[in-house]
Amino acid sequence: MIEVQNLTKRYGPTLAVSDVSFAVQKGEILGFLGPNGAGKTTTMRVITGFLPPTEGKVQVAGFDVVDEPLEAKRRTGYLPETPPVYPDMRVDEYLAFVARIKGLPRREIRQRLDEVTEKCAIGDVRRRQIGKLSRGYRQRVGLAQALIHNPEVLVLDEPTAGLDPKQIIETRELIKNLAGQHTVVLSTHILPEAAKTCQRVVVINEGKVVAVGAPEELTRRLLGYGTVLVTVEGPAAEVLDKIQRVSGVNWVEPRESSDRHVTYEIHSEKGQDVRPELARAVVESQWKLLELKTSGLSLEDIFLKLTTKDLSEEVVSSQ
Amino acid sequence: MRNVLAVAGKEMRAYFHSPIAYLVMTVYTLLCGYFFYSFTAVYVVQGFRMQAMGGSGAPPMSLNEMVMRPMLEGILTVVLLLLVPLLTMRLYAEEKRSGTIELLLTSPLTDLEIILGKFLGALGLYAILVALTFGYFSMLYVFGTPNAKPLLAYALGFFLFGGALLALGMWFSTFTKNQIIAGSISLAAFLLLYVLDWGTAYSTGKWAQTLSSLALTPHFDNFAKGVIDLGDVIYYLSVIGLGIFFTARSVEALKGRP
Repeated sequence: MIEVQNLTKRYGPTLAVSDVSFAVQKGEILGFLGPNGAGKTTTMRVITGFLPPTEGKVQVAGFDVVDEPLEAKRRTGYLPETPPVYPDMRVDEYLAFVARIKGLPRREIRQRLDEVTEKCAIGDVRRRQIGKLSRGYRQRVGLAQALIHNPEVLVLDEPTAGLDPKQIIETRELIKNLAGQHTVVLSTHILPEAAKTCQRVVVINEGKVVAVGAPEELTRRLLGYGTVLVTVEGPAAEVLDKIQRVSGVNWVEPRESSDRHVTYEIHSEKGQDVRPELARAVVESQWKLLELKTSGLSLEDIFLKLTTKDLSEEVVSSQ
Repeated sequence: MRNVLAVAGKEMRAYFHSPIAYLVMTVYTLLCGYFFYSFTAVYVVQGFRMQAMGGSGAPPMSLNEMVMRPMLEGILTVVLLLLVPLLTMRLYAEEKRSGTIELLLTSPLTDLEIILGKFLGALGLYAILVALTFGYFSMLYVFGTPNAKPLLAYALGFFLFGGALLALGMWFSTFTKNQIIAGSISLAAFLLLYVLDWGTAYSTGKWAQTLSSLALTPHFDNFAKGVIDLGDVIYYLSVIGLGIFFTARSVEALKGRP
């Protein structure tokens, strides 16, 4: 549904996006992850036709955004980071205006307005001036305008930014329900949200794609090992030795120490749970076992790993 | 076409949702009224004086020449130079500032449709000012008998003059996110164009005449006399065309930047 091929965008001397390629299948929800300034917004602006690409090709619903912009835009709904609302207009006036410029036939406007107002829960503020609305409502009006012409493709830039937890959950549900009928690309910093809402994720850093895949797949790829943290109070050298002898342990490194106890990070063979053995080993030696837990790589860790310069090379080479 | 009208409608509604439109209309009406009063008073006083001197030999004074023409030519053109920037400054500047330009440029509208829509919206508001002016003129018909034939020329010239200012002002509005700056640039540019005409006060040489023919105000003179000169019409249409053209180029440049 969306095809981005070798997209490069330059602003004068600055290279914002460099040779980015990915595709979004029909009905899929794709997450766009990356730190600030990575090029997420720029990429989205090219997809929606706001900016022309410097190099490369972008197709939406089969239409090239440069050659056939009107057709592509007709099929796209876009919610930028700041909802593009006119503060002096009323909500219903505004949505009617958007419907018109998106090419919705006159007689359909009324009905679509009702539908979208209900879907985005803005019925209460329908006749209020947008400038007087709270951030949460404004965001929902923004989402409504993206949906009003029932586009095949939705591009959402940080759709839950600035919303309170309840609203975030509601918006997340709304977006998940859109999958299938619509193809969605959303960008976010909220990593658990990407994991919960998106089927696939593209990680972008400094204008380049660093990883593409389902969140679980990425975790698996990065984790060649399982990680366990154990805190033991006992003679340091002996403890270290004992732990290293536990079967399945590949690598031990002391992490923190205070007083007489030390926390060790242990990397074990993938799939092998060394915790029972480890606990037994510590207790048998009559040392004090203070803490024992598994430490998985969360999406945050993946994100950080992929977007910290030196480590991303390490990741790539470990494939 | 429906896209153009949709945008035009939005602009007109936006004007009336803010104090600017009301401010401009009020100021304009007041100034219009003041000058209307002054010129008409002069006319009346002159009339009495001529009667007192038994002046049946003198040609009848024309309300057209003594009230309508000076109002249009001498006064209103200057007033508009000052007021039009207030109307055009928000056209693109506000869209850029609030981010709504992203909505317009990602919708299935051509840049030209957006530009024409905005121009029409501003022209619509301007039409109200024209109507107000003619409101004053119509009062002359109640109490006197001015010539009705030049009215078409007056109206056409007035619209063309305003259209030129609006198109240029719209172009200047694409330069910045700040409405005040956009308005100031427009004001400065209009004054500069107005001043180009002053050369003829000092000399009648080639340079002065050339500059004068580029200035906005001299081309209005014929209209104010009731004459529709094709050259003047083409001049104003060209300025409008240039304004729209440059606006389009400016919008394109906008897309090159983040």
